[in-house]
Amino acid sequence: MTSKRYVRSPQVAARRLGDEIIIMSASDSTLFTLNEVAALIWEASDGSLALNEIVERDICPAYDVPADVALQDAESLAEELAAHGILRSCEECALAALESK
Amino acid sequence: MIAGTSAATSGTAPRTEAQGVTVEIGGVPILLRSNDADFRAMIEQRYAGFLNPSAQPANVFRIHLHPPSAISPDEDAHVFRNDSVWRFERGDFRAEWDAKTRRGHVHQSANPYAIDTVLRITHSLVLAARSGFLVHAASAVRNGRAFLFAGASGAGKTTMASLAPEDALLLTDEISYVRRQEAGYFAFGTPFTGELAKVGENICAPIAALYLLAKGPQNRIEPVARTKAARALLSNILFFAEDPEFVELVFQSACEFIDLVPVNRLTFVPNADVWEMIG
Repeated sequence: MTSKRYVRSPQVAARRLGDEIIIMSASDSTLFTLNEVAALIWEASDGSLALNEIVERDICPAYDVPADVALQDAESLAEELAAHGILRSCEECALAALESK
Repeated sequence: MIAGTSAATSGTAPRTEAQGVTVEIGGVPILLRSNDADFRAMIEQRYAGFLNPSAQPANVFRIHLHPPSAISPDEDAHVFRNDSVWRFERGDFRAEWDAKTRRGHVHQSANPYAIDTVLRITHSLVLAARSGFLVHAASAVRNGRAFLFAGASGAGKTTMASLAPEDALLLTDEISYVRRQEAGYFAFGTPFTGELAKVGENICAPIAALYLLAKGPQNRIEPVARTKAARALLSNILFFAEDPEFVELVFQSACEFIDLVPVNRLTFVPNADVWEMIG
């Protein structure tokens, strides 16, 4: 099973406050709050692991949830964060880099 | 010689530097130079209590006056950065300020709102580098400690300020000036006024609490969880610039503020009794 890799956008400011992470978009000052699980995915999104690998490593052991269910939730979350521009898929980053050359 | 003015000439071909007025807010003096005596007098009147002619101004603006434009000062200002040079623009003014040389210029009509906005933006940029920020909040000092009352328009900032007892010194009814010092976060008085149109006291004090305002049927104070407190504070901070570096600095300052200063929700009935719970 493979899935997308994501990286955190450099255009945001973020801070962990307890179990949650608060994020502010620099472009429009929009605020986001990530819950405990979303915060784990956000922090692990440095492009080195695919989403399914993050789920298997960080989510499934901690929350006793089937991998397919956790991955489905993680994909929905990642897409939503990407839609707001606070996560970026590595594929899109690579395409953008090619287009800029 | 009027307060806060200075003049200089240099070389054999005299070049007269425009006279100026030094306005010091939050311990940050800014020299405003203009050839127009009436405009300087207006600045002195508007910022009376915040003039410091003996301060060595780190920041200097040369102000060039133009005929008034038809564009309302109510529109939002746009703030951009190119390397170290910031540009501020609105219908009624255009300004540049170099964060390295700390020199800048303003093109505006002789209205007080333009220079007021230039000062607010400049202070927000200077504060960002000093772990501080400007926030939509009334603030007052009581018993040597500062209290902030934050909220959107209509939340009760002006009401809290107008209900303040005699022993509470008003710092502002509109824009609070927050700056990190060695001993923690301090609030400074500002001349930036809201509906009350009352200039704040030019003093500072350590911040004892931030209250998020809500009007209700009875007076009540409740603690606010850190994430909610951070969101509320950030939503009230003045982010003039959509600049990642600036946003990062202010964002991290706001989070540090939440770590150090208690944040409570203050639900209040709009009468003077609410101040019995403050200070």
